[in-house]
Amino acid sequence: MKKFLIALLFAPIMAFASTGNVHVDKWPGSVSDKAALQNGAKLFVNYCLNCHGASYMRYKNLMDLGLTEQQVRENLMFTSDKIGGLMAVAARSDEQKQWFGATPPDLTIVARARGEAGNAAAGADWLYTYLRSFYRDANRPTGWNNVVFENVGMPHILYGLQGQQVLNHETHKLELAVPGSMAPAEFDKAVSDLVGFMVWMGEPQQEFRRTLGWFVLAFLAVLFVVAYALKKEYWKDIH
Amino acid sequence: MAAGNFEKYKSDGSLAGNALEWVDARFPATSLWKGHLSEYYAPKNFNFWYFFGSLALLVLVIQIVTGIFLVMHYKPDAALNANGVPVAFASVEYIMRDVPGGWLIRYMHSTGASAFFIVVYLHMFRGLLYGSYRKPRELTWLFGVAIFLCLMGEAFFGYLLPWGQMSYWGAQVIVNLFSAIPVIGGDLSLIIRGDFVVGDATLNRFFSFHVIAFPLVLIGLVAAHVLALHETGSNNPDGVEIKANKDEHGIPRDGIPFHPYYTVKDIVGVVVFLMVFSAVMFWAPEGGGYFLETPNFYPADPLKTPPHIAPVWYFTPFYSILRAMVWNFFGLDAKFWGVVAMGASVVIFAGLPWLDRSPVKSIRYRGPITKAMYTIFVICFFILGYLGTLSPSPMGELVSQVCTVFYFGFFLGMPWWSRMDKFKPVPDRVTMK
Repeated sequence: MKKFLIALLFAPIMAFASTGNVHVDKWPGSVSDKAALQNGAKLFVNYCLNCHGASYMRYKNLMDLGLTEQQVRENLMFTSDKIGGLMAVAARSDEQKQWFGATPPDLTIVARARGEAGNAAAGADWLYTYLRSFYRDANRPTGWNNVVFENVGMPHILYGLQGQQVLNHETHKLELAVPGSMAPAEFDKAVSDLVGFMVWMGEPQQEFRRTLGWFVLAFLAVLFVVAYALKKEYWKDIH
Repeated sequence: MAAGNFEKYKSDGSLAGNALEWVDARFPATSLWKGHLSEYYAPKNFNFWYFFGSLALLVLVIQIVTGIFLVMHYKPDAALNANGVPVAFASVEYIMRDVPGGWLIRYMHSTGASAFFIVVYLHMFRGLLYGSYRKPRELTWLFGVAIFLCLMGEAFFGYLLPWGQMSYWGAQVIVNLFSAIPVIGGDLSLIIRGDFVVGDATLNRFFSFHVIAFPLVLIGLVAAHVLALHETGSNNPDGVEIKANKDEHGIPRDGIPFHPYYTVKDIVGVVVFLMVFSAVMFWAPEGGGYFLETPNFYPADPLKTPPHIAPVWYFTPFYSILRAMVWNFFGLDAKFWGVVAMGASVVIFAGLPWLDRSPVKSIRYRGPITKAMYTIFVICFFILGYLGTLSPSPMGELVSQVCTVFYFGFFLGMPWWSRMDKFKPVPDRVTMK
């Protein structure tokens, strides 16, 4: 119990510990895959949104994933009936702090926050690895531990899908002891979709931003030709 | 030239002409236009390095205009909202998501902050290359150093406003530095914070400084910088005084009117700059995690200290110098000497007009010693900057101490090494290479 309390004390600090020397898998997904994002959204509201909020995000923005308002209302809205409402968490943060030792962080921009100096996109890789790295640990109050995020307060929410892993202390590798409802490859795809949704949610207009960039650059390229010709014309007598 | 009295505008009888004559009799419209643009003679041999002055002005305008729009939706409030997030932090995400075009305005402002320092560093380096700070342009340089100081303050205050983890703890660290000053330090840092910890009072006063006080001073200093420059006339890559060789009309033979020649040329520079700026803004707005530091996507939490607090990249060279000081001198804490060294490393730029004793201004006519010193200085500046982004380490500390010694050696030894070099004869007229 004492160990648990000490762990709780340091849990918030741990939350900021970088990945250190743990190997991180590359996130295989893409934010332009609408079907994957829709699947990720479904997983997110079913598994994550119970404890974590996405409180900068509005339900109506989920329509940008190619869904109708009807589809969003029927499939993705469990905690609110206002389509313009924020995707806030239902559980109360002070209660959660008692349950888990720390309030589960808001996930709206977690993929961006998990990036690193020199590699702002590293957050997706971290999340993709983290969500697949839970293992059974009898010493933890939740019965779960994580290779990427040691002594994390969060239990393995997706264990029904992945099954139960154990850590082989000789090889330091995770082994699947009890299979879940999904095959390993299937589960990896599901997590990839979920991470994709979180990357998308971190900045829903990011695809539009990148596209707009091409138009702006094209305009500036034309402007450059005109500006350069103008300069040449004015300067032709200066030697 | 700038102060010259130009003839008042005479109307050609048209309505517009009459209006201009009326205005010009009451306001120095013609004098300002001619004195600063159409009859302000600039050397005709400006090169690549001379784009950065006008670009700095452009970025200033970008920051002010985008800032005006950001303030319409930003809320400097450290209280937690219904979802347990500080209002200030949530308001930034509101701008990014719910305000139409808000993300664009915000990215322009955040990218603009880094762009401002890139442009200003290059602008300052130009001064070093061509001896632009030398007599008679000392005051232009001093106003410039004041602008740089003001810009650092502006950036520092602005960085707190998103109220993210790095905003909060960065401000905490920097304000605590002032407490290292003997006797008054404790009270001084308390006055700056307005509280015993960085909190709502700090956020609101930093907001006030960022959107009112510092921009006002900045604009005033920029005006003084340009006025002083137009009084003496611009230097150029040859370091030749073009006013020493005038034609029968009193116009420098190597001078061309700023408008239209340099206005059309600067437009080219502006377009190229905007292409680079847009590429960052649209395709990598985080600047690889250096323009927008990733820990700043977590809201400020006074109970969670990040393991590594790094200032934004443009402060890191000076931050490294601060960290390089690890010795207690004269019974005063190393932290105090760190603050002194960091302050000195910025303010020492003001001494350049008097430290540089080279008989020629431009690097074109200076020899290997100057070129070697400049090269090592730039390398040291980059190394210090890089080390400032990393967590402290024994090796990093040693390297930053060596670089700090060279940094100050560069300036303090300048009166000697700048004279020792081999110099080439300076031409009478500017060259167009």
